[in-house]
Amino acid sequence: MSRLLTMKDVWIEGRSDESWNPIINGIDLHLDKGEVLGLIGESGAGKSTMGLAAMGFCRDGVRISKGSVEFEGIDLLKASAAKKRALLGKRIAYVAQSAAASFNPAHRIIDQHTEGPVQHGVMSKSESERDAMELYAKLRLPDPEQIGFRYPHQVSGGQLQRAMTAMAMSCRPDLIIFDEPTTALDVTTQIEVLASIRDIVEQFGTAAIYITHDLAVVAQMADRIKVLLKGDEVETADTRTMLSSPKEDYTKSLWAVRDFVRPAKPAVHTSATPVVSVQGVTAAYGKVDVLNEVSFDIHEGRTVAVVGESGSGKSTTARCITGLLPPRQGVIEFDGVALPADYRKRNKAQLRQAQMIYQMADTALNPRKTIGEIIGRPVEFYMGLKGREKRRRVEELLDEIELPADQYIDRLPSELSGGQKQRIGIARALAAEPKFIICDEVTSALDQLVAEGILKLLARLQDELHLSYMFITHDLATVKSIADEVVVMKDGEVVEQGPKAQMFQPPHHPYTDLLLSSVPEMDPDWLSTLLAERGIDNIGDAAVNKMSYNGTQSKGC
Amino acid sequence: MSTVLKIILQRLALGVLTLFVVSILIFAAVNMLPGDFAQAILGQGATPDAVEAIRRDLGLDQPPVARYFQWLAGALQGDLGNSFAQANFASFVGADSGGNTASVATQIAPRFWNTMFLAGVTALIAVPFSVVLGILAALYRNSVFDKFTNIFTLSSISSPEFFLAYILILFLAVLNPWLPSLSNIYQGMGFGERLEKTLLPALTLTLVVTAHMMRMTRAAIINLLASPYIEMARLKGLSPMRVIVRHALPNALAPIINVIALNLAYLITGVVVVEVVFVYPGIGQLFVDSVKIRDIPVVQACCLIFAGAYILLNLTADIMSIISNPRLRHPK
Repeated sequence: MSRLLTMKDVWIEGRSDESWNPIINGIDLHLDKGEVLGLIGESGAGKSTMGLAAMGFCRDGVRISKGSVEFEGIDLLKASAAKKRALLGKRIAYVAQSAAASFNPAHRIIDQHTEGPVQHGVMSKSESERDAMELYAKLRLPDPEQIGFRYPHQVSGGQLQRAMTAMAMSCRPDLIIFDEPTTALDVTTQIEVLASIRDIVEQFGTAAIYITHDLAVVAQMADRIKVLLKGDEVETADTRTMLSSPKEDYTKSLWAVRDFVRPAKPAVHTSATPVVSVQGVTAAYGKVDVLNEVSFDIHEGRTVAVVGESGSGKSTTARCITGLLPPRQGVIEFDGVALPADYRKRNKAQLRQAQMIYQMADTALNPRKTIGEIIGRPVEFYMGLKGREKRRRVEELLDEIELPADQYIDRLPSELSGGQKQRIGIARALAAEPKFIICDEVTSALDQLVAEGILKLLARLQDELHLSYMFITHDLATVKSIADEVVVMKDGEVVEQGPKAQMFQPPHHPYTDLLLSSVPEMDPDWLSTLLAERGIDNIGDAAVNKMSYNGTQSKGC
Repeated sequence: MSTVLKIILQRLALGVLTLFVVSILIFAAVNMLPGDFAQAILGQGATPDAVEAIRRDLGLDQPPVARYFQWLAGALQGDLGNSFAQANFASFVGADSGGNTASVATQIAPRFWNTMFLAGVTALIAVPFSVVLGILAALYRNSVFDKFTNIFTLSSISSPEFFLAYILILFLAVLNPWLPSLSNIYQGMGFGERLEKTLLPALTLTLVVTAHMMRMTRAAIINLLASPYIEMARLKGLSPMRVIVRHALPNALAPIINVIALNLAYLITGVVVVEVVFVYPGIGQLFVDSVKIRDIPVVQACCLIFAGAYILLNLTADIMSIISNPRLRHPK
């Protein structure tokens, strides 16, 4: 195989606060024709920056300060803008993380697809349109003849991601950069997209750089894996070698993250009054019912994980419990007493009992308030503490979440890392001294190591304070590590519920089965084996759709 | 399409309601002007009897609410009443001057069309000019061209209108006698001549409104340049011009359209100074003159036209912004 891309001693800097700070510190990278290289690391490792640099491209406020990027003998860093443009899109293509944001909302999908080939003079518009339809069919998009004529907002996220892969293929490039193409997708959709990408890359012999933070995903896609940490290379090896015998401690720690499992607590006595009891809740946005007869209990000191794809009604259930969305039917009981449906009609004591921690700590914390003020607010509001007492309580809470009070109390949220912000979110919930906390995808936006820290903290707090958690997530690995009981939701209904041990053991409801088997595993042969088992027409999306046509055979359990 | 239609109908209904509320405000405000027509016209020699007689004659002795509804009912039927200034001499002399010349409509109509002509010519020059300038400034942002464009448009918007007008007269009429410095428009004038005479005031107004529209175009486009789909367009190897015109501009239309509408409304309602400098017989001059002599029906009619222009143009802008949004044009 011949060499396609060579990046030598690449140094990249980003501008912040009037000075240039290092992002990538002298990394070498090479890629042969038809080879797939996995680039992994936590957020801030410089994966995306490195991927874009492979195209000779920098975002605003970023510069390549040293090194060379050679694509088939052309130095992309020295080439003129016009010469580079002639390569981009035609020989080197890019697939972005969020297809929904990366498709232009103002134009139809197929017009954006054909733009590249037409502008680069590869094909005429009608040829390219026909080619697009063929690619759509190859990527198993529904209705390939017509789907391109829709606008991006009229198509689902998983379909858009595939349409974007098709767009990247439009000029039959030699190299595609995939920048976390499945991170924003549900597990069932992810499989579909992964399989499509792998198929098409193999079919056309395209080389690829596959960027992700998910080891199991990269194991399915890449021939070779490069691990990055804070702009430095940790190690590079064949996928199989890397998985079976990682050399560096950091790599080993990444591999080990998924091992955190908390034993489920013994089942509760059936006569015990649950802390929270959701009974036959039906709720609607406008006229559309989004929840249908949802019922489950959460007992003291227990964690109930609510799992399902996006749109299955997990967060809506949380909104009903907190009273943000009064249900159309059904009751929410707290300690055996029915709560008013609307949060405006609940008194302070009732409000205090149920607190929330949000997915995006970034947007859930007021950027203009210091940490002390953010945590102090519920302390004052619910507990009536003021002045020195309030400060002492805030310090106690910071202590709880393992952040030294004297260092953090006067900082602003922007001065904290993602994991630290999430800890502040936890402290704010604890400030109300609740019995029950709803954790809405609290670890989804975090790297695995940081997420593990948050899960451990939550587990410790639960033991100390006898908290009950409702843990909303789409990540089954998280469920495995923290839940006592599991509730599986689909299309606003509970399809299965029970203790964790039972849920991870067959027989399952077919949907639970689909969810479980869709979680990528470290085994590099996992995807191939799974696809072979399921058959080509029965992966991800397709299987979900098929199931809803057949009707769900066994509701609940 | 039905959602778009529904929104448009809602906006239309709101526009009509706004116009109604504005008509009350206009009536109230005009009636709060100190002094009245009778006193203004009789001046020093105003005897109580004479003032009373004129008031009675014009219906000014009736309570304001009754007069408002009379006016509103007339306005709804297209009758804006009779100009005091024209009517009162006729009735005082006791002669019948042929009725029609006194109506507000006949007085305003030619002036209104003159104003629309000036606004139209200005819009045809200014809108494409500022949008293209804005696009180029966004394309070559932070370059010498961008900075020069910004300085030029900002200084022109910061200078008083009459000053701009005199500078243009100096360069385009006095030093180089290309254009006439006076815009004495009259009815029955040929289109070419009319255009020639309108050009200087139109250019002056172009200088006044360009900065706002150009800067909004530039800002709206630059605002989008950090979005992922623009990055995607760049990574597809498209030329910078194509990235801006095809990928950024369609998504920046809503704010640009709104600023254009505001400036067009200004061209109809706010050009008194320019009209005075060029002796252009537009509606602005008529308005100021009528306020001076408290010719209430004309003042009210002018106000109503101004309000209508504002509401109509903003409504159009709203509707066009809605239509420029593909999510509304093509619902799921």
